[in-house]
Amino acid sequence: MEKRARFKSAWLPYALVAPQIIVTLLFFVWPAVQAMYQSMLLQDAFGGYSEFVWFDNFRALFADSNYLASFKTTAIFSLLVAVLGLSLSLMLAAFADRVIKGASIYKTFLIWPYAVSPVVVGVLWTFMLSPTLGIVSNWLHHFGIEWNHVLNGRHAMILIVIAAVWKQVSYNFLFFLAGLQAIPKSLIEAAAIDGAGPVKRFRTIVFPLLSPTTFFLLVVNIVYAFFDTFAIIEATTQGGPGKDTEILVYKVFLDGFKGGDLGGAAAQSVVLMTIVIVLTVVQFKYVEKKVQYA
Amino acid sequence: MKSKFKALAIACALATMSVSAHAVTEISWWHSMAGALGDRVNGLADEFNKSQSEYKVTPVYKGAYDEAMAAAVAAYRAGNAPDILQVFEVGTATMMYSKGAIKPVSEVMKLAGEPFDPSSYVPAIGGYYAAPKGGGLLSLPFNSSTTVMFYNKDMFSKAGLDPNKPPVTWQELAVDAAKLKASGAKCAYTTTWQSWVELESFSTWHNVEFASRNNGFDGLDTRLKFNSPLHVKHIENLANWAKQGYFTYAGRKDEATSKFYAGECGILTGSSSSYADIAKNSKFKFGIATLPYYSDVPGAPQNTMIGGASLWVMGGKKNDEYKGVAKFFKFLSKPEVQAKWHQETGYLPTTIAAYEITKKSGFYDRNPGTDVPVKQMITKTTDKSRGIRLGNMPQIRTIIDEELENVWTGKITAKQALDTAVERGNLLLERFEKTNK
Repeated sequence: MEKRARFKSAWLPYALVAPQIIVTLLFFVWPAVQAMYQSMLLQDAFGGYSEFVWFDNFRALFADSNYLASFKTTAIFSLLVAVLGLSLSLMLAAFADRVIKGASIYKTFLIWPYAVSPVVVGVLWTFMLSPTLGIVSNWLHHFGIEWNHVLNGRHAMILIVIAAVWKQVSYNFLFFLAGLQAIPKSLIEAAAIDGAGPVKRFRTIVFPLLSPTTFFLLVVNIVYAFFDTFAIIEATTQGGPGKDTEILVYKVFLDGFKGGDLGGAAAQSVVLMTIVIVLTVVQFKYVEKKVQYA
Repeated sequence: MKSKFKALAIACALATMSVSAHAVTEISWWHSMAGALGDRVNGLADEFNKSQSEYKVTPVYKGAYDEAMAAAVAAYRAGNAPDILQVFEVGTATMMYSKGAIKPVSEVMKLAGEPFDPSSYVPAIGGYYAAPKGGGLLSLPFNSSTTVMFYNKDMFSKAGLDPNKPPVTWQELAVDAAKLKASGAKCAYTTTWQSWVELESFSTWHNVEFASRNNGFDGLDTRLKFNSPLHVKHIENLANWAKQGYFTYAGRKDEATSKFYAGECGILTGSSSSYADIAKNSKFKFGIATLPYYSDVPGAPQNTMIGGASLWVMGGKKNDEYKGVAKFFKFLSKPEVQAKWHQETGYLPTTIAAYEITKKSGFYDRNPGTDVPVKQMITKTTDKSRGIRLGNMPQIRTIIDEELENVWTGKITAKQALDTAVERGNLLLERFEKTNK
């Protein structure tokens, strides 16, 4: 039996992919080209003055030692968000997969945080961890930990990681759960009969079969940490104390949106875009080799 | 962003509809006054709309100051700017140097044939929004605040201090803070907006320059100067007090206000417009006093720095709209309207007449301390104390926040922090100078 669809006409396949190509050009390629053009402009906020300065904006950026320091901050932050976010959600998904009674209630609760806007997430966690009024910092006080993210850079980093992970866990959870439920039960049962315990079953059967999902989520989470977290930082630490939580995308937001420096912000976003492209290429070239597509 | 544009599109559609129905000229006013202040803004527009039938002012809340300004920049670039925009004081330089994007208030008034006297404004306020040369007003002073000191009278009594004798100088503040600390206070002294209070207002209050060229009033080639020995000494003192537990850093914005009204801190420096919040939320007696100063500095105290916002008229509008804006501004500048706004909101009276009316009405006697900010501002200003007008000022404030936080955590010294902040800020000033040649 012929399974593959065949196109008889020459133009139909092009017509079918055209919408996707148009959307990509319009919403991805065109803005990227615009950003590259703007990154070489020196402009005032209202756009009344504009001068083409070639690579001056980039030169200014890389001459700023603070900007270079923020690469390290971003690397630490995105690594923590991706690793913690993925392992926590995998754990939750594995547990939820075993639950039989009231499974839908658990799932609903776990999906909830995703519906909350990043700013609200930030405000919520700042409130719970507020050095004097916060309920969590109050508990920590009883354990002898004086929580103060306003002055302690490490605490501030922990705060933004918690808020960022908490928001992303739902998304990861959904994919992991779907992945887990797609694994044939017969495989696991066979392994159980052969005498493999739950941990061994998970390590040798479940996790390898989940690797395509894990890989996809790894890429998504890194992109999330790089691009979608500025609202959380704005609502919690504003990059402080000092510059301890100023990740690259927050500086783009600060300079472009709040400072009105579009040229500088565009240069930063081009740098950011390059990093993410490189990261994605590396992931697909090297990490993907470890992925087993069924 | 998308929903904002949608709302804007709907607003525009509605605006054109009502124009054809009533033939009145619509004036849009974007502002950042939320909550009770927003109600008061709507009240002002209503009052004006009812007073005549030719123009209709529609106030629209556009988010916090920086959000409203970003929205206006986007709208201007798309050709949909509002007629009137409320801009915070640190956005002044950006607005005034943006060619064609704005129309100076004095020009709008002249075009509409409305008599208008900039000298009726309190000098520190009127001077801040005046054009560099010629003295005409660029924007209409609307809600101005300044830095004052609040103190908890109950905590003062508990610490054995006279609740009617707040510290007048920084030296006295240190002594009082030590006593507060000794009496078991969790936090003796704290501040909101550290750059505004401890460096900007500190400079004008001591009549020393924050930046060269009279704090940027005389031109774009201005450079930061807040690393003078006096500034360094003050930040050093604060750092020492932080180490001894007399000074508690609460955050970059107004986090300290809630610490004060929760009864945690004995002394707070911050905006006079916090008065309403503090009066509403505190369960103790509090007093308002002038900002402390160093008594050994010649010329101190001069006058404090203004904060708050003013109203800018956007460029490229029709003459009819400008006439309506002029009529509305005329209405807003009326002494009675100003006096009422001042009394209801805790913002400063922007005109001297409004201050006189309020004084005569006995408002200050009924609400002791509410005249402190006025008195701090009503003194004649000098070239060094008129205000600070620098490009990229919001970003410079962020730099100052970052560097000062490193002082409070003990990573660097006050001198290092201020030197670095000046150096980094000057790069931004150079950049601003380049884009506004």
